[in-house]
Amino acid sequence: MRIADKFAELENKREKALIAYVCAGDPSIEATKEIVHALVKGGADIIELGLPFSDPVADGPTIQAASTRALAAGMNPDLYFEMAASIKENVPLVCMTYYNLIYKRGIEKYAKDCAESGITGIIVPDLPAEESDELHAACRKNGVDLIFLITPVTTESRIKNTIGRTSGFVYIVSRLGVTGERVDVADSTKNILERIHTDVPKAVGFGISNKQQAAEVIKAGADAVIVGSAFVNIIASGSDVNERIEKLASKLKESCRE
Amino acid sequence: MKRSMYGKYGGQFVPEVLMPALAELEEAYERYKNDPEFLAELDYYMKEFAGRETPLYFAKNLSKKYGIKIYLKREDLVHGGAHKLNNTLGQALLAKYMGKERIIAETGAGQHGTATAMASANMGFRSEVYMGAKDVIRQHMNVYRMELMGCKVHAVKSGSMTLKDAINEALRDWVTNVENTHYLIGSVVGPHPYPMIVRDFQSVIGKEVKEQIMEKEGRYPDSIVACAGGGSNAMGIFYPFIEDKEVRLFPVEAGGKGLKTTEKEALHSASLCVGEDGILQGAHTRILQDKYGQILESSSVSAGLDYSGVGPELAHFADIGRVKPCNVSDDEALEAFYELSLLEGIIPALESSHAIAYVMKMAKTGELGDLVVINLSGRGDKDLEAVFRLKEEGEKKEATEGKEACL
Repeated sequence: MRIADKFAELENKREKALIAYVCAGDPSIEATKEIVHALVKGGADIIELGLPFSDPVADGPTIQAASTRALAAGMNPDLYFEMAASIKENVPLVCMTYYNLIYKRGIEKYAKDCAESGITGIIVPDLPAEESDELHAACRKNGVDLIFLITPVTTESRIKNTIGRTSGFVYIVSRLGVTGERVDVADSTKNILERIHTDVPKAVGFGISNKQQAAEVIKAGADAVIVGSAFVNIIASGSDVNERIEKLASKLKESCRE
Repeated sequence: MKRSMYGKYGGQFVPEVLMPALAELEEAYERYKNDPEFLAELDYYMKEFAGRETPLYFAKNLSKKYGIKIYLKREDLVHGGAHKLNNTLGQALLAKYMGKERIIAETGAGQHGTATAMASANMGFRSEVYMGAKDVIRQHMNVYRMELMGCKVHAVKSGSMTLKDAINEALRDWVTNVENTHYLIGSVVGPHPYPMIVRDFQSVIGKEVKEQIMEKEGRYPDSIVACAGGGSNAMGIFYPFIEDKEVRLFPVEAGGKGLKTTEKEALHSASLCVGEDGILQGAHTRILQDKYGQILESSSVSAGLDYSGVGPELAHFADIGRVKPCNVSDDEALEAFYELSLLEGIIPALESSHAIAYVMKMAKTGELGDLVVINLSGRGDKDLEAVFRLKEEGEKKEATEGKEACL
């Protein structure tokens, strides 16, 4: 499913989107499939499926640890695309990974593999717009959205350039730092949303872990909230994972309906 | 070619949040690199604090044994015991001009961390250094040195717990504290403009060699040999000679226990010799990776060469044939460590021992010509414990094997 179609569907229902991140293969391929099912059942509208990299510089301890577990359990790009193709939920799947894995597989092939396995968006946290000519072209050719990040320190001119290349949604980092749960999101979100003018849906992530924070972000004007580490922490705990994932997703989704 | 590229290599493959900081750094560097006040201050630090210029020493005993003229560029005599301070003084001064309050750095063996602590203490910065937990144990004296100078050392427990992971962690810190913090990278690696800035600050080595060798020999050397992990001492001595095509340039990588690779790790650190194209820690360069692009852990007897990537510009010079990458094994480097100590009364760092080992190996082949300069990038005091441990292990092994032979 294309990301734009999902946002159109939500707009009809007057809802905002819940985007959930999990690391593929953490702790196993089978578990990830069940977790994705639980996320969707709970109300997640878009799934970010992380392809683990050995050196994830943009990630905090929670997602680093998830990447390490997934790699140790044998996750690799071949298995990743196989798994993505076998997921039949009615939501867009977005691949989040680091650039070397894309470069090594072949940029064109990577975009094609995404399209063929039902992945309709790619996020690459170590690929700023300036370095993205090749991947951008390959994504366009294969009908895959390339999603860029914008941060509180991104300059006006770079916001403009970056948004020009972004489709699907724009990933807004609400505060400085790596991924991970944080306590305080409201003000910085508001500030940055005011600086971004685009028709592309605005999704806010980094540091959102509960319903109240999600509600604040939506109230500040976001079209979507992105939640990762809070789900990954449940997965890491290993107890009642699917139930708790579904419950958290459904709570977070409530704030997208109000 | 884009401004940030070195041939096809280089670039800025970093999280979006760092892009403004890289732009700010590049702008500041362009502004100050020719500023008379900045240069005069840097010159003062280099001379009075670091102890430059360093001698270009004619190694008469080594030369006699190997039948060619061998000079050692004595970077081991720089304050702190290695070339690292050339770069940390330059960058710390730049950070001062930029109005930063805090300096962070990564370190492998602890040499760059120590040099960062020195520059920071002297210029009044708060400093924090990330160091792999394994290296913290292996190089505890350097940790103590850093702490004495007021630097906070973080033991990094993620990944392989070595240099690569320390860089990841320093990048994460920078992502979080980018507004008041300068990330002082220790080698010619990482995103542009770092490879350029570190190269320029280290080029003082090659510039001095040019004048010194003309004075002593009336000509440029036939070849220059330097060890290469990330490649900062190699770029520092090579770069001023890049246009002098008659001077052959040899970066010597750590061959470790052989140029082989298992599923998770390489038994060496020879990214120029046998690495592949890839993107690591901000730069497109030559790296050690598996078939999917996951980064392999590297290996070397010398912590300072133990890195899965290499500077992008050095990779470019290798591609176009301007430098000739080569490597020596752990054992060959150890042999050179002993040999230089015995013959010249100079204990070299295990890193620099790789360069010496290559000259010992190749002197007779004619490949190096008659006049060679080796960059003696650091002194070996920091390695004594490691070398003694290896010696003991070797003796134990010999004893066991001897026993078995008797049976």
